[in-house]
Amino acid sequence: MAIEVRIPTILRSYTGGAKVVEGSGDTLADLLTDLDSRHAGLRGRLVTDAGALHRFVNVYVNDEDVRFLGALDAKLNDGDSVTILPAVAGGAFGFAAAAAIASHAVSARATAAAR
Amino acid sequence: MARYDSLLDACGGTPLVGLPRLSPTVPDGAPPVRLWAKLEDRNPTGSIKDRAALFMVRAAEEAGRLRAGDTILEPTSGNTGISLAMVAKLRGYRLVCVMPENVSTERVQLLRMYGAEIIFSPAAGGSNQAVATAKQIAAEHPDWVMLYQYGNEANARAHYETTGPELLHDLPGVTHFVAGLGTTGTLMGTGRYLREKVDGIQIVAAEPRYGELVYGLRNIDEGYVPELYDAGVLSRRFSVGTRDAVLRTRQLVEVEGIFAGFSTGAILHAALAVAHEAVRDGRRADVAFVVCDGGWKYLSTGAYGGTLADAEDALDGQLWA
Repeated sequence: MAIEVRIPTILRSYTGGAKVVEGSGDTLADLLTDLDSRHAGLRGRLVTDAGALHRFVNVYVNDEDVRFLGALDAKLNDGDSVTILPAVAGGAFGFAAAAAIASHAVSARATAAAR
Repeated sequence: MARYDSLLDACGGTPLVGLPRLSPTVPDGAPPVRLWAKLEDRNPTGSIKDRAALFMVRAAEEAGRLRAGDTILEPTSGNTGISLAMVAKLRGYRLVCVMPENVSTERVQLLRMYGAEIIFSPAAGGSNQAVATAKQIAAEHPDWVMLYQYGNEANARAHYETTGPELLHDLPGVTHFVAGLGTTGTLMGTGRYLREKVDGIQIVAAEPRYGELVYGLRNIDEGYVPELYDAGVLSRRFSVGTRDAVLRTRQLVEVEGIFAGFSTGAILHAALAVAHEAVRDGRRADVAFVVCDGGWKYLSTGAYGGTLADAEDALDGQLWA
């Protein structure tokens, strides 16, 4: 048995377009190393040079966020399902638009303070 | 408890109701495991966002950022827009909402009814077009005030000062609090309050997992984490897919008579997961979760009837929470 890993669209260039790949490992770190041996470069998009999960990447083991299960040290078992998703809880529009004009909010505060 | 000077004074103070039929059964002699629903649809415009909208507007007034007749700009296609429209109307401001043109007709009608003006961004352009539209509007109107719910401390404070104390008052033995993760305001505010007051409390997040189209990102670096978010407040975080959210939303109305929106179904799914773990471990659990809004605004999706697969298809590519 293996661990099933769901790959988001934006990372499928590393998996030859595959939506789901299989891997193995006792921890998430082991799994990512194993995956990288067949899908070179994938690990580098998920893990920073400092060895932590990328801020804008969320990884779930059986639907639970690994950051609360030990992050890269999270234990894995055969048959687990791992899902990788970009961090945009709440949908693209609100977040993207709000982030884009956050600087406006700051400048508006400055305007209000000045008048 | 039943008489208020104005609608704004009637915000919050929502009922907490037990779910005797949906709560898991425990073996004879084992400690009880109970689910409790906080009915946030009983707020003035029918959602939990009334609390944040009211606190954000009040905070802006106190800081001198908002003065009578000012215009508030908010990019939203959801409940926050409806709540802000009501608060803006009653406090004497103009509200402009920027949203993609493919949002549900109920939302557009509700916003207009409450007096909001709507600027649509072309659906075809996706989130990138929405961002461009929002930026352009902000640049053209530097005097408009953006409350920015994702980074506004008053959003979380609303829950620290109201939702949290209400829950503790009604359920002093609370062991778990489960809510949805969007702006993160509900979980950050309520979670911080309960952590200060209740030893060992578990703060559990349920995050909607949409179809890929909704995310619309070109690469990981376009991701976004709300400024309000502090992972240290949470104990666990679940990702809940459309099918599970629909299944639980239907169960909630079929079994307990509570007609809620799909984000509530996602939250109930996480609440049931922790409740069943408590049963397995033989521990007492009083799991309080948030009913964010009623199901009315989502009826046109058709996802309350038909097969689960049909409902999943109907909601695919939509923001259902």
